[in-house]
Amino acid sequence: MGELLKKERDFTIPGDKLVESMEYLPGRNCFRDGDGIYAKKLGLVHISGRVLSVIALNGIYMPQRDDMIIGEVTDIQSNGWVVDIGAPYQAYLPLSGVRGYLDPAKNDMSKVYDVGDMIYGKIKMVSSTQSVHISMFDRMCRKFSGGRILNVNPAKVPRIIGKSGSMIDMIKRKTGCRIIVGQNGIVWLEGETHETENFVIDVIETIQKKSHIEGLTNEIEKMLDKRGVKNEKE
Amino acid sequence: MKRNDGRKPEDLRELEIEAGVLENATGSARVRMGKTIAVAGVYGPREMFPRRLQKNSQATIQLRYTMAPFSTDERVRPGRSRRSQEISMVAGNALEAAVFTEDFPKATIDIFVDIIQADAGTRTAAINAASVALADAGVPMKDLVCSVAVGKIDGTYVVDLAGKEEDASACDLPIAYMPSMDKLTLLQMDGNITKEDIKKLLELARKACLKINKAQREALKKRWLS
Amino acid sequence: MKVQDEFIRRLASQGKRADGRKFDETRKIEIIERPIEKAEGSALVKIGRTQVIAGVKLDVGEPFPDRPDEGVLMTGSEFSPISYAEFEPGPPGKESIELARVVDRGIREAGALDMKKLCIKKGEKVWMVFVDINILDNYGNLLDAASIAATAALSNAVFPALDKEGRVDALAPKTKKKLPLVFKPIACTSYKVGDMLLLDPTIDEENASTARLTVTSRDDGNLCAMQKGGIDGLTTDDVMSAVETSIKKGKEIRKLIK
Repeated sequence: MGELLKKERDFTIPGDKLVESMEYLPGRNCFRDGDGIYAKKLGLVHISGRVLSVIALNGIYMPQRDDMIIGEVTDIQSNGWVVDIGAPYQAYLPLSGVRGYLDPAKNDMSKVYDVGDMIYGKIKMVSSTQSVHISMFDRMCRKFSGGRILNVNPAKVPRIIGKSGSMIDMIKRKTGCRIIVGQNGIVWLEGETHETENFVIDVIETIQKKSHIEGLTNEIEKMLDKRGVKNEKE
Repeated sequence: MKRNDGRKPEDLRELEIEAGVLENATGSARVRMGKTIAVAGVYGPREMFPRRLQKNSQATIQLRYTMAPFSTDERVRPGRSRRSQEISMVAGNALEAAVFTEDFPKATIDIFVDIIQADAGTRTAAINAASVALADAGVPMKDLVCSVAVGKIDGTYVVDLAGKEEDASACDLPIAYMPSMDKLTLLQMDGNITKEDIKKLLELARKACLKINKAQREALKKRWLS
Repeated sequence: MKVQDEFIRRLASQGKRADGRKFDETRKIEIIERPIEKAEGSALVKIGRTQVIAGVKLDVGEPFPDRPDEGVLMTGSEFSPISYAEFEPGPPGKESIELARVVDRGIREAGALDMKKLCIKKGEKVWMVFVDINILDNYGNLLDAASIAATAALSNAVFPALDKEGRVDALAPKTKKKLPLVFKPIACTSYKVGDMLLLDPTIDEENASTARLTVTSRDDGNLCAMQKGGIDGLTTDDVMSAVETSIKKGKEIRKLIK
């Protein structure tokens, strides 16, 4: 096997050669040119057996089937709603994607979802021609009233959520804040007070800034506990 | 041979690159080459309007190069000039060569470059800044693109022409270059030189681009790992 | 975005702002003097994450026939698409034109520049002062940022050198002579959010606001330009409050300019 030119978690820039060998395979955010495998994106190297990939540090959200996303309704059409999900393609929520029977001729569709509403939905389909359809059937799906919205770097969403939700669950538990993180980098949150919400926003921003650091969960836990102690004193 | 500003022929001007200088743009960078300062911001990939201009199998790269009215010795009239439109096009092409446009069919990647101070080499500074801004935005690319202009003054080949050197030079030859791929993505020349000159100048320019590439990489590393 | 607008209005009705500031508290204002050495004067103003750069260029030209012994002031602005996803490339839009005109009126009506001292030869030759404003990053409150940048750029501007024929010698070093700046006009905009007035909005607060009032004040506390924006109406109390705030804040901000 060819010698690897980068180690696990090494920083990469587009064009960086990771290996010169046909023994390895290019994974996510990598490409092959001749015998070489190169990084396609700014990020950190991830080596899994013979597959070399790059964990991106920044980027726009690209819709994928089954993603749970937060979007803003931007238009109501005869058969559904147009939803901005922060992707290069608008998403569409067809009438068939909502519960119950709606007759657009008789029902006021804006009573269901109005322009400006923020919704939490599921990507149901991404067609080969970049049509993106949403559905609201999942039990988690909803329209938000109250709370506030935070935009985060979509590439950092996996870090904010943590392994099987460990990071976000910890933040929710220790602050009592209700938080929903869309895969597309839009976050909805609602806390006891807006100071609590501000604290949660600080925490999320810290995760974004330090996402490349190992042992981040411990650091965030300390940050959360410190505030907890301070509150008890008050 | 010593140049007006004390540089050796193969020396770049003082080079300063900072990534992530704007909050709103998906990616951004500021590049200073001597007195020339370019600020680049990348938006997207995002939806392309009007829709009829969408390309079905790839993203469109749109670059807009502008000079601020106060950027030069004599005030520049605001608005588009033939010069700025040509530079926008060739610089956009120089960068598109590096981008995996096929990853975002129908979308657009908008690159805006504002030259806030101009002292020769604005298109090269624009490309250097835009390339860092694209990488900073997480746009998938084959390589960073680096750019420099070379010339020939009093028989000596010189790198990174500054201010009045552009007039003193027998030619102005800007290139953009992808070092890992070893490919030129922009090449222009105006002047009066020989075949031999071109060979020598390209060699010199490629070497200078490697130095720029190093500074671009350092800027990105600093922005994301500290 | 409705959720965010409602959040900001709800908070305002409780006397609070998302980032914890008081209603009349601005974000940190930073002025970088003369970042553009090729311009006769320049300033980069950062208010929080908002960044605006203003440059002053001078040229020799003919006076307007009705003011033969006065210099000429021209103010322009560019809402560069680099600064905000919703700004599109192309000729200046109405917001950009409004901003330039409001800044221009502040400078002109304040008598900030002694225009008579910008006359070189009556009826024939005068100094033309171009103030150009470039928006780099829009995180709210562009009007105030632009006004501060323009005034700072004018106050550090110097005359360029002239050649034998009396034309600007753009390549020669500039003189050390400053422009005849008499006053430093500062615009201060109050934004109406719900029933409250607040200063220096973030972009979210700006989007949630329904009206604004820009008041430009001079060093002596006199007022030289006003502009109401937005659809919602303002009460006389709103107006007087905005005026008072502007005079007070103008004094603080003026101290930041060299």
